[in-house]
Amino acid sequence: MKKGILLHEATDDVGVAVMDLKAGEEIGVATLEGVAVKQIKLVSDVPLGHKVAMSDLAQDKHIIEYGRAIGYAAAKIAAGEHVHIHNIKSLRWAASTAQVLSK
Amino acid sequence: MTTYQDIPLTGYRRENGRVGIRNHVLILSVDDISNAAVEGVSNLIRGTVALPHPYGRLQFGADLELTFNTLIGTGKNPNVAAVVVIGIEPKWTDYIVKAIAETGKPVAGFSIERYGDLKTIEMASRKAKEFVQFATELQRVPVKWEEIWVSTKCGESDTTSGLASNPTVGRVFERLEKSGNTMIFGETTEVTGAEDKIMEQSATPAVAAQFKAAFDNYQELVESQGVSLLGTQPTEGNIRGGLSTIEEKALGNVEKMGRCTVASFLEPAEEPKGPGLHFMDSSSAAAEMVTLCCAAGAVLHLFTTGQGNIIGNKIEPVIKLSANPITVDTMSEHIDVDISGMLRFDFNLDGAADRTMEMMAHTINGRLTNAETLHHDEFVITKLYRSA
Repeated sequence: MKKGILLHEATDDVGVAVMDLKAGEEIGVATLEGVAVKQIKLVSDVPLGHKVAMSDLAQDKHIIEYGRAIGYAAAKIAAGEHVHIHNIKSLRWAASTAQVLSK
Repeated sequence: MTTYQDIPLTGYRRENGRVGIRNHVLILSVDDISNAAVEGVSNLIRGTVALPHPYGRLQFGADLELTFNTLIGTGKNPNVAAVVVIGIEPKWTDYIVKAIAETGKPVAGFSIERYGDLKTIEMASRKAKEFVQFATELQRVPVKWEEIWVSTKCGESDTTSGLASNPTVGRVFERLEKSGNTMIFGETTEVTGAEDKIMEQSATPAVAAQFKAAFDNYQELVESQGVSLLGTQPTEGNIRGGLSTIEEKALGNVEKMGRCTVASFLEPAEEPKGPGLHFMDSSSAAAEMVTLCCAAGAVLHLFTTGQGNIIGNKIEPVIKLSANPITVDTMSEHIDVDISGMLRFDFNLDGAADRTMEMMAHTINGRLTNAETLHHDEFVITKLYRSA
């Protein structure tokens, strides 16, 4: 089992890829404390430093990382999917950089 | 295996009981036009450190007060054994001298009017020589971890900062909080999206309210300049690296506080009044922030970086941590603690904190940091508004 995703908190909705990950790979997930949490099958490519959904996430759900909301799901997100500006949005400001740029 | 706990610590115990980890004799400018004399003295006398800077004339109000407090605090810092202060006229010079003298350390002031640069340099150099000989006779003595005041800031952050290097500082701070250390963090301008967390971890509602007032004040300043932060955070570089929202970026930043309680709110350059982690109202510009931490009395700084900020400070040694393997590889002369192994699962958060504290112990005991060896002597006074 290749380990490749770190979780800030075991209950977070998203983990962070610590290497470039490819769709179809089965990847081990561990906490910062080094505790193995689960394994997850990637459904999209995820580059190093980017986030992966740990479970299916409903549209509008608050996305939890660091044990806190970092935004909300702008679309339905599947377990193992790349989570980034295309499918989550800030709760703080109506538009983030990405949304401004994409206009 | 040797751990940081097995390394006996030594430092300089100052007249007021505070502990320094360096033993500088400082030649301090009160104002910009005294820089030439200050550098003249430090060129003549071996073992002195000059602190020239571009301000100190025709400032007024809170801006003048902050410049004074920064100069005074830097002189009072326990990493400084003795201070020669040089200013253009005696009144402001004496004000700085008297405030530094409260620590009990040797301090002398010289003003240039009625003497000129050359006579001033001669008189100040004779005093500086005396101070260097005094300082070089001081011995390191055994000190304890809790006597070392530590500050932190992050710069050129990327996803590895929030993922590994900032949580590592957080874990170090949790340990230091237990042993009764005094710690400082801040960056009022960079915590937007995580201000709730800082308020929740505040010791009292009053501390939370003071922090919130400073935070709101900054937001209002930005708005009053006609600038909208909408769309500026996270930056394009942040997004390329995987950060999606401003909340995510800010939460990564405040990982440096770990689970510590925010004991008090400090004005810029204000000295903490007790142990624990303190939030200091401060800019997020690296050199300004570290200069303020040094003026507040911190003797050792933990600076985390993703893409490779190269900041140092003349008085407060800066230890740099990075978990970005590319930065660690391409900028190795700047990175003191390589924690990229955390991303390869070579060690966990505690392992990263152990490595950091081992480097802290060596640095406390006199090992020069990378920034010190490379002459990264940044001293940058925070300017609040323009002078008269």
